[in-house]
Formats: sequence, C-alpha cells, structure tokens
Amino acid sequence: MPKLWFFLNLGPYKFYREVEKMRRIKLFSLLFVFGIIVGSIAGCGEAKGEGDEKITLTNVSYDPTRELYEAYNKVYQKHWKEKSGQDVEITQSHGGSGKQALEVANGLQADVVTLALEYDIKAVEDAGLIEPGWLDEFDKDSAPYTSTVVFLVRKGNPKNIRDWDDLVKDGVGVITPNPKTSGGARWNYLAAWAYGKKAFEGDETQIQEFLQKLYQNVLVLDSGARGSTTSFVENGQGDVLIAWENEAYLSLRDYPEDYEIVTPSISILAQPSVAVVDAVVDERGTREAAEEYLNYLYSDEAQRIAGDYFYRPSDPDILKEYGDVFNLDINLATIDQFGGWDEAQEVHFSDGGIFDQIYDE
Amino acid sequence: MRAKNKNIVKTLLIVISILFIGFMLLLPLAVVLVTAFKSGITAYLKAVSDHYTLKALLLTVEATIFAVVLNTVFGLFAAWMVTKFQFRGKRILTTLIDIPVTISPIIAGLIFVLTFGRQSVLYPYLKDLNIEVVFAIPGIILATVFVTFPFVSREIIPVLEQQGTDEEEAAALMGARGFTIFRSITLPHIKWALIYGVVLCAARAMGEFGAVSVLSGHLRGKTNTLPLHIEILFNEFQYVPAFAVSSILVLLAVVLLIIRSIVEYKGKGGV
Amino acid sequence: MERKKTRRKTRVIPGFGLSAGVTLTMLSLIVIIPLASLVVYTAQMDFPEFIRTITRARVLASFKVSFLTALTASAVNAVMGMILAWVLVRYQFPGKRLLDGMIELPFALPTAVAGIALASLTTDQGWIGSIFAGWGIKIAYTRIGITIALIFIGIPFVVRSVQPVLEKMDSSYEEAAGVLGAGRARIFWKVIFPEVKPALFTGFGLAFARCLGEYGSVVFIAGNKPYYTEITPLIIMSELQEYDYASATAIALVMLAAAFLILLAMSLIQSGNRRILKGGR
Repeated sequence: MPKLWFFLNLGPYKFYREVEKMRRIKLFSLLFVFGIIVGSIAGCGEAKGEGDEKITLTNVSYDPTRELYEAYNKVYQKHWKEKSGQDVEITQSHGGSGKQALEVANGLQADVVTLALEYDIKAVEDAGLIEPGWLDEFDKDSAPYTSTVVFLVRKGNPKNIRDWDDLVKDGVGVITPNPKTSGGARWNYLAAWAYGKKAFEGDETQIQEFLQKLYQNVLVLDSGARGSTTSFVENGQGDVLIAWENEAYLSLRDYPEDYEIVTPSISILAQPSVAVVDAVVDERGTREAAEEYLNYLYSDEAQRIAGDYFYRPSDPDILKEYGDVFNLDINLATIDQFGGWDEAQEVHFSDGGIFDQIYDE
Repeated sequence: MRAKNKNIVKTLLIVISILFIGFMLLLPLAVVLVTAFKSGITAYLKAVSDHYTLKALLLTVEATIFAVVLNTVFGLFAAWMVTKFQFRGKRILTTLIDIPVTISPIIAGLIFVLTFGRQSVLYPYLKDLNIEVVFAIPGIILATVFVTFPFVSREIIPVLEQQGTDEEEAAALMGARGFTIFRSITLPHIKWALIYGVVLCAARAMGEFGAVSVLSGHLRGKTNTLPLHIEILFNEFQYVPAFAVSSILVLLAVVLLIIRSIVEYKGKGGV
Repeated sequence: MERKKTRRKTRVIPGFGLSAGVTLTMLSLIVIIPLASLVVYTAQMDFPEFIRTITRARVLASFKVSFLTALTASAVNAVMGMILAWVLVRYQFPGKRLLDGMIELPFALPTAVAGIALASLTTDQGWIGSIFAGWGIKIAYTRIGITIALIFIGIPFVVRSVQPVLEKMDSSYEEAAGVLGAGRARIFWKVIFPEVKPALFTGFGLAFARCLGEYGSVVFIAGNKPYYTEITPLIIMSELQEYDYASATAIALVMLAAAFLILLAMSLIQSGNRRILKGGR
C-alpha cells in the first residue's frame, strides 16, 4: 500500500493525476503538520526566556507548603536582589510528595525540591539527578522546618480522645490517608508504631495487632492528606483525623468553632527535606541562586515565616518563641529509630510489608 | 385505548428521564455552585479573576482547541475509511481508535511519560532539539488529544454505518469526485453526529484531569490547566475558591451547549 | 470469490488512500507508539514475576471491585441512556432542549470535582445520603458509591451513541408495524431495538471500559479500603508512589488488555448482528 504514506512525500505531483485532489490533500496535510509544529513551538517558547538580568528558579514542593513558600519567595527575592543585584522569579509546583518526586525524576526541570520526606528526595537521587550526600549539605539533615503528627477532634472532644490507645476503642471512627499512596500518611503510621513500641515494650506481634485494630477503625482511607481532611471536615466523617500538625492548625484557623487539636504522648519528628537538583542547576547555571534559596530558609526571618505557617522552626531559639503555639513537651520519635527510610519503607510499606499484612487477614 | 396507553408510557419515560438527570447530574452541579458562592459574591469574583486562574483558563482553552481540530480532522477521515471500505483488520482498527477513551487517565499520562520522559530512548534527541514534551505544554496538548481521540469518529461511524454506501457508490459511478461526494452526500447525513462529537470532544477536553495531571508538572502559571488548578486549590485547603473555579468550567460547558443547541435549532428549522 | 467481489466494489468510492494515510498516521503517533512503550516497559519484567504481580490477592480483589462496579454502572447506563435518547428524540415536552443540553456536563466537570461533589451529597450527612441513611443504606465509601460515580461518568457515552441513530431512523417501519397490529413492546423489540443495537452496544462498551479505568472521581467517594472498595487504578497509583514502575505498568497492561477485549467483543457482536440483518434481507 504505497499510497498510504502519500503525504510524507508531498512533492511528487506525478503520483496523482488530479491536481485539484492534490491541493486538498496538501491542505489537510499542512493543517496537520502545522498543528504539530505550533504545539512544539509553544513548548519551546515556554522553555526559554532567561536573560542576564533575571533568573528563574523552579521549586517543586508538596501540597501544604504553598502559603509558606509564597511568603518566603517574596523575602528571598528581596534578599537575592540585595545580595547579587539580580531579579529572581520563582515558579512553584505543588502536589503529592511522591508524585512530585517522580515527576522530577522523569524530567520535570526543578532547580530545588522541597518535599515531605527524605525518601522521596532519595528517589530523585536514584534517578541520578542529585549527588549523594545531599542530606548533609544543609543544616539539621537538610530539614529547615519540621512538623509532627497530632489528632484533630470535634469540638468538646466527645469521644474523649487523649492518646493513641483511644483510637483503637470500639466505636471510634478514624480518618487517615493510605500510607501506600500518601507520603505524609507514612509519618502517621510510623507515629502510631512508635507509640505501640513504647506501650508494648517492643513486642512486634502486639504492636502489629495494635495497628491492625487502629486501621480497622479507619472509616475512609483516602489517597491523600487533603482527601482525608475533606472527609473529616467537609463530609463530617469519623471522630478523629490523624494529621500533620501544620495542617491541623490550618483547619483550626478556618473553623475555630468546630475542632480541637489533641497532642498524643508520643509522636514522630516529621522532617520535610530540601535539596538542590544538581543536574538541573548545572545545566541551567542557577546553582548559586538555588543553593542560596535553600540556605536562606535557615535565616531568622525565614524561620519565623515557617513558624507563622505552623511549621516548627528547626532553630531551637526561634522554636521557643512559638512555645505558646506548639506543644514542645511532646516525645518525638525519629526516623532513625526505624532504621532510616529505606528500611522503614521495606519493612512497612512495600508490597507484602506490614501494612499489607494488616489488611490481609 | 392505544392513544391513552401511549400517553402514559410517554409521561412515564419523561418523568424517569427528568428524575435521573436531576439526581445524577443536577444535584452534583448544585453542590458545586452552592459551595462556590458560600463565602459570598466578592470571594467568588476574587477566586475566578485570580492571575493564576486566568492563565490556567487560557491553557485549557488552547488545549481544547487543539484537541477539537485534530480530532475532527482525524474523525472524518477515520469514519470515511472505516465505513466506506472493506479491508482486513478493520475491527482491530476501530478498537484501537476507541482505546484512548477507555484507558485509565493515569495510564494515559504514564505512557506519555514513558515515551517522552527522561528514561525514554527519545529523550536525548528531544533534549538536543530543545523540545520539551512532558511537563510542558506539548505534553498537555498530547494528553488532551489522546483522551478525546475517538470522540468525533465514534459519533459519526454508527450513522454512516446505518446509512450504508449505496448513495456514495452511485455518485462515484456517475463520476463525482471524492470531496464532492463527501460534501453533498455524506456531510448532510452526519452533520448532527459531527456536532455532537465536537461538543463531546470539547467538553471532555476542558475537563480532562487525570492524564494531564500526570504530564503537567503543576508549574504554577505555566503548565496548570483549570482542572489542575482546581486540584491544587483543594490541596491547599481552599475549598470555596476550588468550587468557584470549577464553576467556570461548568459555565464554559453551558455556553458550549447553548451554542450547539442554537446551531442545531437553526439547522433543523431550516429543513 | 466472495472477498474479491467486495474488494472491487469498494474501489468505487474514492479516498481510501487519503483517509487511510491520515487515520493510520495519527493513530500511530498518538495512540500506538505511546502504548507500545507501555508494553516495552513491562517486557523488562520476566513472565513469572509478571504473573506474580498481577495475581496478588489485593490486586485480584481490586479487579473484582472495578469489574463489578463498572458492569453495574454501565448496565444502568445502557437502560437509562436508551430511555433518555428515546425521550429526547421522539417526544416533545417543555424543557426538552435543556435536558438535551445537560448530557455532556459530566464530561466538562473535572472528575475530581465530580467525585468530591458526589461524595458530599451521599455521605450520611449529605442531602441524598441522609435520606438513605435513614433506611440503613450507606452510599458514600461503599461499592454503591463507586457505582454512582461511574454512572455519572458514563451516561453521555450511551445517550450520545444511540441518539444520532434514533434521529436518523425512519419511523415508517414502526408505523407500518403499528398499522399491521403489532403491540408496542413487539414494535420496540422487533423493529427499533435491532436498529439501535449496534450503537447501544458501542455506548455500553465505551462506558464500561471507561468506568474500569476511572480514577479521579472514584477515589473521593470510594473510601479506598483494601479488598472492599479499592479500585485497580488506585493500586497502579500506589505502585507509582513506591517508584515501582514495573508493577504499575504490569497492572496497567492487564487493564489495557481488558479494555481492548471488551471493545473488540462489542465490535464482534455488532458486526455479527449486521451480517444476520443483511442475510435476512
């Protein structure tokens, strides 16, 4: 069927007897080719646009940091202008942490990544875009702000929920996202495990039973943290939402009359990590600005912004300034107690891991 | 007796239809609109006139236009090929044409990432040519074209199949040229199906979420379409603005449907 | 012999080369090449591993959930879509154009918004959910909820497939049958139904296959409990979150094959049907 590929050789008229017919073919083919060309040009036009005076940075972050970075970007723009005389424009991208990491690994041109957990940034490292050792590049394990896991309950705390063991009682409806689809939810799960570890003195079978009971009480296992908040806040499901502290405070800010925050006796130190994407900054020539972008997150000014948006500043002195907001007495387990993220991931969240076993019976 | 029976059946069917549409389509829309205006009209206007919302709107319109044009061209040719000729592998072909609609949007996004993303063999070449496909506008357009791919052809094919090929054959035997046959015989038959197809395609293209979401990278003000912008608003705890922006999409759809019904009305009135 | 005859006949109408060229090129660029990369990617996995991945208990359970809810939803849609198309084509009543105009709305609403809106309607606190909760029926966060979301997603497919055919259909056959004394049910089954059957099957098939893959709206209303309301696309999503591309593409391939087979089956039923019709004439 040689005729099939007619429009790949638009030239030779001799193929076709009727000139009029040819014209029509040409028109349609041109239209088609035109479409593809316009599409690619639109893409290229978007990709460029860097002058000497102005540089652009892309910060790929996760969902609940939008307000934080919106405020911080303004401060940083001013700081960078003073420091280097250059204008800097920052494009933000927000989404589920794991998905964002995946996209950067697949070619999303991010200069810096500011994600929910170390494990997600490690995925970018494994793709060969970030050089090993990034965790020590910035202070405090490259976590300029931290958070923890708390409970959000309905006003007056009708089910009298005080600690993790109240969550496994009959008739208590729990809302938490699925740790397999939500990076944030892994912190929730691990916080519960940390409690179990203390309560049952490390007896794994008992801890696993405890978590099984807890997840049996879960009414809706949403795919992401926002879905869970919607189920709990907007749809009125369940008695307690296991949430990140910053997100719980945001809900409380929007609906001060309806909810209360309960801090459990044990929780986990959630460390959202940040890193410069080496491959991208070297190609684009933005390394300096990108490194300073992350470095300046540790400045007093930026640390206070983090505190204002309900993240715990990693600077201990500034954290104390927010003593009336955060419960500073909370006992925080760290990811190291789980052998680091690789091990935690393998043992708990991989296919056939403990989380799967909880549901398998 | 028969006339009375007929009326009962008619009323019953109409009532069923209205109830179904009311509960299945109108109520969810009502929820969207009620929530959109929950914080008052000023909050609504602020949300819909936001800089990022407008940029997202522009991108959505761009992707929709591409999808409609490309898929209409494709749909007409494909329908002509499938219904006017007999050839081997026809069933496979029509099935392949339908595949995009039925693929989970996530998979649809995934395949483009696999084809054009960093681990693809094509990636170095694209990079040399300075063409960005994934996480840029071409990727979004590709995904949109993909998910709405068969919409036009699917609408036309059943009509043409039912009509058969006799008229075209007669015309061809009498010496009419291809385009003339198409314009004066085929087009009048498929006019309404074509309009349905285009509207369906445009509506679906505007609302596409899953595939685009995998391919966009969510760069604020650059690669966010309206549905993605809505997702982001949700994820940022901005419930009311999210629904306000959704209402823009509803409005766009309504405008589209009104235009269609005007065209249809004029066309049918003229006959 | 038979084939040769039809071959010669088809050459009468011009434009085969042109339409085949455009169709196949666009099809390859937009559909076949990207789909091929899915197959290539899955091929990196060896066969026993592939089988192991797709037969894990949770994956199998999710196939069952997806399949059952999609089947129920598209069956409902086939019936309701047929009624809607009939009403819209054959009857005149006030508000008809409005009704007609609404059919595509589910497409324009992003699936996630639809899911959230439907969930808030059908939880035990919602407008509809509270009524059903009174009778002890839970909708949101159960399989019923998933089915409702899928009905919402799939309805335009059936209506818009059947409607053009009904519009084109000559009512003289029905009238003739009526005059000859056939009952309404008989007219429907013997005269109308055979005519719209191919379109109805197409619509059903499209809706069914689309429902199998639906993600955005379902995750908000499903509750996503493993073994009970966890759908297959969600499993794919969680594999992606674990950076397990191989498993994700393997499960995706199964879904793809299922969609392809459903559509192929529909097209076989259709053409078989047409052959009988033609032979009978």
